[in-house]
Amino acid sequence: MKITLKVWRQKNAQSEGKFETYPAHDISPDMSFLEMLDVVNERLIEKNEEPFAFDHDCREGICGSCSLYINGRAHGPKKGVTACQLHMRSFDDGETIHVEPWRAKPFPVIKDLIVDRTAFDRIMESGGFVSVKTGSAPDGNAILIPHDDAEMAIDAASCIGCGAWVAACKNASAMLFVSAKVSQFTLLPQGHPERETRVLDMVAQMDKEGFGSCTNTGACEAECPKEISISNIARLNREFIRANVR
Amino acid sequence: MGWLSKTFTSSVGKKLIMALTGLFLISFLIVHLSGNFLLLRNDNGAAFFQYSEFMKTNPVILVMEVVLFLGFIIHAFSGFRLALENKKARPVGYAVNRPSENSSVFSRSMVWTGSIVFIFLVIHLKSFFVDHKVASWMGVTHEETLFQAVVSAFQNPVYTWFYVAAMVLLGFHLNHGFQSAFQTLGLNHKKYTPLIKKLGLIFSIVVPLLFAYVPLYFLLIYKTTGGN
Ligand code: HEM
Ligand code: FES
Repeated sequence: MKITLKVWRQKNAQSEGKFETYPAHDISPDMSFLEMLDVVNERLIEKNEEPFAFDHDCREGICGSCSLYINGRAHGPKKGVTACQLHMRSFDDGETIHVEPWRAKPFPVIKDLIVDRTAFDRIMESGGFVSVKTGSAPDGNAILIPHDDAEMAIDAASCIGCGAWVAACKNASAMLFVSAKVSQFTLLPQGHPERETRVLDMVAQMDKEGFGSCTNTGACEAECPKEISISNIARLNREFIRANVR
Repeated sequence: MGWLSKTFTSSVGKKLIMALTGLFLISFLIVHLSGNFLLLRNDNGAAFFQYSEFMKTNPVILVMEVVLFLGFIIHAFSGFRLALENKKARPVGYAVNRPSENSSVFSRSMVWTGSIVFIFLVIHLKSFFVDHKVASWMGVTHEETLFQAVVSAFQNPVYTWFYVAAMVLLGFHLNHGFQSAFQTLGLNHKKYTPLIKKLGLIFSIVVPLLFAYVPLYFLLIYKTTGGN
């Protein structure tokens, strides 16, 4: 395949960025998007040019590191996949592909396509601890959990925190993330001791970081590589109301 | 800060205000629409006259009117503020963006459809609320009745078509707003949400259409069937 890459280049958070154009030939349709970026970068290195920086780690869709806005979509054109699991066969031969970093005030660009997502870590921290029984190991099934609740909790917990929802949301809202994290604890009895403080503190931290507020456009659900449902956002709202009126 | 103000200044709390005022405005639409349909009775406005006298004097209505004004102001003010704050959350936009792939145009244009409905409301209130209700409270008498004023306003095609256009945009606003309010209030359920979405779709089509029918009736039909 032959493609034209337009990659956002930016030295650091302070400097102004711009698109650079990199024509790329001999791209295999079976390459993942990140492998294609590697190939283009290697060719840049061979020419003694500086390669562009992008985040990645597991390359199997489970870590949430990769964070590319590809042709106007978070993680590119395919539903339910991360950029690392996206393959070049999803593009047309000869296509021009724009690659941009996530855009949101709480995600300052560090370099090129890498943004600082530590705002999420601070939101997670603000959720606080989860009380656990110490002592001898408890019996495996001592706490009975309805199967549906367990399924919903694990669906919520499958959030890899990549930030695609913030990137795709017109309001740069982090609600899907926060709601998934609140849900995974709230749906299980083990998360109940800190049920109220957790939701209040996490919402407060989310606001402090400067994320926008949800207007239920559903963009997050559509772009989430783990297809996490916005019913979690309703649950977050419910938990928020409950914690406030108690 | 007290817990109440803390609740309603948080991002989720501000959305709760939007949803509660939005649903309240929806309930008002139903009341208003049923009043409007009295205009269509072939009695030269007798029933509508009774209704408008009732609305002018009934204490419950007068109190609700204040609540309604507050509801509108709070809804519109919070709507603008939310839209501004949300814009600030993304100071640098994307060079290439395809929001149509992930969300409906109705959901993305709430502040625009809302604003035009707001402009419409100001004009609408001037021509019917201020010129008639307020005027009659202040003892200014009109030689024409409210019914005649309605008829002559709606026989102006510019006024009527603006009314119709505003109703189309109200429909767009409600198309997203109706179901969105339930989601905001946390009322999402696998049994009821599909029902709420269908109901919202029907409401957002039928109610604006019925509203638009009244001025269109006076513009296009009333003359020919020989009112006066
Ligand atoms: C008859 C008039 C109106 C009705 C019945 C109405 C109804 C609603 C409803 C039900 C919602 C959804 C609340 C939620 O998402 O939780 C909403 C949202 C909103 N409304 Fe209105 N509204 C009206 C007028 C206005 C006006 C005059 C404005 C002025 C700017 C406005 C701006 C907004 C905005 C910005 C939103 C939030 C968008 C969103 O959440 O997606 N609305 N409205
Ligand atoms: S690199 Fe781990 S999810 Fe893409």
